[in-house]
Amino acid sequence: MATFPDLAPALPEIFLACASMALLMIGVFRGEGSLRLVSWLTVASFIATGFLLLQGPEGRNVTFNGLFVSDSFGTFAKLLILIASSLAVILSVNYLEKERVARFEYPVLIALATLGMLAMVSANDLISLYVGLELQSLALYVIAAFKRDVAKSTEAGLKYFVLGALSSGLLLYGSSLVYGFAGTTSFDKLAAVLEGGASVGVVIGMVFVAAGLAFKISAVPFHMWTPDVYEGAPTSVTAFFAVAPKVAAITLFIRVLVGPFGDLAMQWQQVIQFCAGASMIIGALGAIQQKNIKRLMAYSSIGHIGYALVGLSAGSQEGVRGVLIYMAIYLAMNVGVFAVILSMRQSGRAVEEVADLAGLSKTHPMLAFAMAVFMWSLAGVPPAAGFWGKWAVFLPAIQAGLYPLAIVGVIASGISCFYYLRVIKAMYFDDVTEPLDRPTPTAGFVVAGAALFVFPVYIVFLSPITSGAAAAAAALFGAR
Amino acid sequence: MTLTAIAFYAFAIILLASAVRVITAKNPVHSVLFLILAFFNAAGLFVLIGAEFVAMILVIVYVGAVAVLFLFVVMMLDINFQELRQGFMRYMPVGLVVGAILAVELVFLAATQLAGGPVGGQANNAPIPPVDQVTNTEAIGHILYTDYVYAFQVSGLILLVAMIGAIVLTLRSRPGVRRQQIGQQLDRKRAEVVQVRKVPTRGGV
Repeated sequence: MATFPDLAPALPEIFLACASMALLMIGVFRGEGSLRLVSWLTVASFIATGFLLLQGPEGRNVTFNGLFVSDSFGTFAKLLILIASSLAVILSVNYLEKERVARFEYPVLIALATLGMLAMVSANDLISLYVGLELQSLALYVIAAFKRDVAKSTEAGLKYFVLGALSSGLLLYGSSLVYGFAGTTSFDKLAAVLEGGASVGVVIGMVFVAAGLAFKISAVPFHMWTPDVYEGAPTSVTAFFAVAPKVAAITLFIRVLVGPFGDLAMQWQQVIQFCAGASMIIGALGAIQQKNIKRLMAYSSIGHIGYALVGLSAGSQEGVRGVLIYMAIYLAMNVGVFAVILSMRQSGRAVEEVADLAGLSKTHPMLAFAMAVFMWSLAGVPPAAGFWGKWAVFLPAIQAGLYPLAIVGVIASGISCFYYLRVIKAMYFDDVTEPLDRPTPTAGFVVAGAALFVFPVYIVFLSPITSGAAAAAAALFGAR
Repeated sequence: MTLTAIAFYAFAIILLASAVRVITAKNPVHSVLFLILAFFNAAGLFVLIGAEFVAMILVIVYVGAVAVLFLFVVMMLDINFQELRQGFMRYMPVGLVVGAILAVELVFLAATQLAGGPVGGQANNAPIPPVDQVTNTEAIGHILYTDYVYAFQVSGLILLVAMIGAIVLTLRSRPGVRRQQIGQQLDRKRAEVVQVRKVPTRGGV
């Protein structure tokens, strides 16, 4: 008979699950106007979850009959996800109140989506991978359509839902092929079965699983939904979409490819190299045309996922370390940019064109300076943090001999400078058309914090982040 | 044995006949009703091979939920099915090609089965409980609530999100709706609401 599973490795997730249900109850019983309370309690429970995560058992622990794994690779990613989700909730409160969609379900859904992400990162079986992914996705579909009276928001939700269901279908089809040809869904057993190579069926299944996951990180050629969803969804939701789900999906991607399919590296490296190269190019070229800053950031995120995948396509421990460092820096830059975008209001009305930033340096010099720092960093210009992220992913790729990919990356970086600099030009050299409103204090704090992190405070954090990422990558490769 | 064979052929014939009627019936409501008949017969086939859990699920999920949903959609939406059918001859070749591919795949599958080689199963070491000792439902229950309790619980959370989502996206609190106020109803006294009047004959009120 089965024994009772060891709950200690999954304690943070169990806590977050109970907390989100308690928050739902608080919201339901307090009714209208409980957004603020529920939001701050959500942030508090994220912090408590992070604390439990750091207190968790050392080393690699597998529980729930091999469905769930906790290791330092997962812990690193989970901390990034919790930070990103907390900041997204903090930034959302004022926005939702101003847009008159202040409903307490919003932070509850973000908490449940975050729980799904933690489950994804900890997945050690194709079944737990799928349930975690669906928990995350379903909550995201709902919050994309959160402004249900606005046609664009419902369109974004519907589009995301339909395409997301398609990608889940691909993923499940791939999983069923893998199960059929390898006879197991457990990552550990798969790694053992596939040690000496695999049949064609497993390879096809793996490619389908990779396609399903590539959709979730919006890597080319599965990126088509990104600009529309980013533009249509409420801005606070876009700020959430751009960071936490990406971190979760790319960590899951790494875990799946390096863990069970580690011995098929020859096969998946080609797929990842293509996705990385194509994402960098499409991300750079697609953004040139964009006038809407949310669409611009969507293409920017496609490009950045391409850069992160460069590290993964090297297939080495240093490459995975590079991806984790890249995602940590990506988090800071994107949260900062979206905090600025959330502050873009002209006489109380939200605006989202690049042209609306015109003359920001005269009306809000500090905000303009912070935005300029983010843009430099996103473009990857030294000495901003973004440069070191790119350095961390390109170096392993060059060591692995992927020169063509590195050259494509540098060219794409050069092209992407154009549209990042266009934002700076609008802020510093164009004339003011209509000044923006004063940003709220919370947004101001987040912008200032993120800008200081991106330059120059990251230098202090660079060594803990690097050593944390190195330990995480070593844990992943050591488990093989 | 003969009884099983008779039952099998009866279920199979009705299943195939109703499946053909699903696509040939003129009235979409009839199509859905034939689909339900097909599901019932498929469930019968499952019972014959001893898979009673799948049979129950087929009836509960497909007949109880999916087919009824189809009926709702067919009856509530004003779809002109004659118009949808118009391209039938044009798309026929594509349909035939897809059908041929599926048929070839089935032949391949049968061939590999007859050749004796299992399709995969390199690491399939999960023991299947003896069929004569445990029923399907019990066997699934034994692993669903022990080995796969994690997946089961997360599925529960997914359903919670689906419920919250449906409420968030559709519930509207409309102003001006008259609600029942039980307290007020119970507070009413006879003296406040009923007046007894003596109406004079031929005088009116």
